[in-house]
Amino acid sequence: MIRLEKRPQPSRAWSLATPLIAVLATMIAGGLLFALLGKDPVEAIRTIFWEPLFGEFSFYYRPQLLVKGAPLVLIAIGLSLGFKAGIWNIGAEGQYIMGALVGAGIGLAFYPLEAWYVFPLMVIGGAFGGWLWAMIPAYLKTRFGTNEILVSLMLVYVAEQFLASMSLGLMRNPEGHGFPGSRNFNSYEGASSWINENAGMHWGVVAALIAVIFAYVLLNRHMVGYHIRLTGEAPRAAKFAGVNPARLILFCLGTSGMLAGLAGLFEVSGPSGQVSIDFNVGYGFTAIIVAFLGRLHPVGILLAGGLMALTYIGGDIAQSNLQLPSAAIQVFQGMLLFFLLAFDLLTNFRISLGKPEVA
Amino acid sequence: MKLTNLMTSAAMAFGLATAALADDPTKVGFVYVGPVGDGGWTYEHDQGRKAVVAEFGDKVETVYVENVAEGPDAERVITQMALQGADLIFTTSFGYMDPTINVAAKFPNVRFEHATGYKQADNVATYSARFYEGRAVQGTIAGNMTKSNIVGYIGSYPIPEVIRGINSAYIHAKKVNPDVEFKIVWAFTWFDPAKEADAAKVLIEQGADVILQHTDSTAPQAAAQAAGNVITFGQASDMAEYGPLPRVSSIIDDWAPYYIARTQAVMDGTWASGNTWDGIGAGMVGIGEISDSVPADVKEAALAMKAALADGSYHAFTGPINKQDGSAWLAEGEVADDGTLAGMSFYVEGIEGDIPQ
Repeated sequence: MIRLEKRPQPSRAWSLATPLIAVLATMIAGGLLFALLGKDPVEAIRTIFWEPLFGEFSFYYRPQLLVKGAPLVLIAIGLSLGFKAGIWNIGAEGQYIMGALVGAGIGLAFYPLEAWYVFPLMVIGGAFGGWLWAMIPAYLKTRFGTNEILVSLMLVYVAEQFLASMSLGLMRNPEGHGFPGSRNFNSYEGASSWINENAGMHWGVVAALIAVIFAYVLLNRHMVGYHIRLTGEAPRAAKFAGVNPARLILFCLGTSGMLAGLAGLFEVSGPSGQVSIDFNVGYGFTAIIVAFLGRLHPVGILLAGGLMALTYIGGDIAQSNLQLPSAAIQVFQGMLLFFLLAFDLLTNFRISLGKPEVA
Repeated sequence: MKLTNLMTSAAMAFGLATAALADDPTKVGFVYVGPVGDGGWTYEHDQGRKAVVAEFGDKVETVYVENVAEGPDAERVITQMALQGADLIFTTSFGYMDPTINVAAKFPNVRFEHATGYKQADNVATYSARFYEGRAVQGTIAGNMTKSNIVGYIGSYPIPEVIRGINSAYIHAKKVNPDVEFKIVWAFTWFDPAKEADAAKVLIEQGADVILQHTDSTAPQAAAQAAGNVITFGQASDMAEYGPLPRVSSIIDDWAPYYIARTQAVMDGTWASGNTWDGIGAGMVGIGEISDSVPADVKEAALAMKAALADGSYHAFTGPINKQDGSAWLAEGEVADDGTLAGMSFYVEGIEGDIPQ
């Protein structure tokens, strides 16, 4: 008889081990999937995990890991603060778009002025755009008790409409032959977020690292961090400890919106380069997986963001080298979260064999 | 002595290089915006790739990556193909334009072909098809077939290519049916079966009994089939599985001849940059079989239109045509120039509604 027995305390060892086990299980199940598709499973797994890091062209792929991972980490750090306190911002994708639009709008308004203050103003605009978009669900929740999951998610679609409208109208490149999309920031020195393009370094990478440190200090050394953790772990105790839930909601949603907005701004003025209808590619949603894969811990999120970026880049390499269908790669990525959640059970429960003891 | 040595080694190196060229298959990469199984746009590009394989066999090696998002991901995937030794890379979506140009600048020895864009370089050629010719045939059938006089049109993005298609279909529907009216819904996607189905349903509810689409999935066909008494046209691909009703004909993108020719040019060392814009005449745009649900006289008119477009005796944009605001565009007998067509951002007179801004 196999039973699940609740642990009196969540197991710390399991909590650290489950992400690794989940990755391992994903490799095994994914390998099986690839084998069923008639591909060499070892070669496929090796291509996904090894090729970008140590393969022949790793000089190109390693910087790309930074480009792909930075927005994921930046957004996931913000989301994790709320998730820890049971505040669910699912609409980071929308905040990402709005941050990019406000920031890019400022940059385009200054075009072609080369001045030191253009980019900092864009950064402030990006943060503000994301913050403002997150304040809508925050305000509605604190004022009317609406569900922030629904409101923030629905606002993603509103943001996408704004994006389409801006690419086709107000921000359209006047020299773009009538095609949608703004001017390219890569040809506007003073408004570009690149520090060194060949090294994959842009200000978003720097911001992601700062956010990790900031979140770590906040959660471990600061009263707000304590309130966040307390609210998530023991809401009743938090109430007695004098936590103001409304303020916490405003703080968590505001911060996550701000970071998502920043991620959007750094992306639009660097790797992506322009406001276009298809600017958003799902970072805001993938960041939710990254936040959980990293166990809502800042350092864990940093590692998880790197891992996720690796599967994207490695996945594309596997597609062209081994002709794996892209759907198989997506299933592979989905397995990662699935196994993580499944093995998570072991953190809070232990498997015991034999008959239940009579108390 | 020294000079001879140098010459010999140079000759040897040259010999080796040509030997390598002869032995190594030519590597051709394809970057796709949708899944190869979309049944439309990407499917047809992949058919083109398969035709290249069938034509050249061992002399060619093809690779492709599907579902590549436009933007930084595309740039990475294109770079990856170039790094891994591709000689020729086809990037098959408008949004790959800047990424293609960026990567091409870093790999001067790799040839790039960008579909539907307008930026070229020494090693970047552009190509597209005159889909609007197919729309003229489509409009002729649609105008004849509609009983409610309402034709629904699912637009993807309001870019010149799509606007051109709407105008061409409208002009030719109007020609055979002066009472015809177009209702246009913008889906803001190239491929999203759910959104496309919704758009089709909305149009059908508004009384449309003909649905034209500039999106790539078969979802509108399925929606029309469910509604009954609504006809559709296959887009990009034949979509014959929905015939004879609702699908009565189709516009087929046939990239195979172009892809084979360009691959051959790379093999022969004769590849050069340029802009190719071919239509029905050159075989890049095909008209799928017109089903028996279409009355014989209508079918005849459509085929006559097709023949006239193919041999060049008729241009799909021949005046007199006014712009939507009533201002004159083309005088009697005047034919639109390619420059205006390439950047078309206005409706012709008679179409209601505004192009989204």
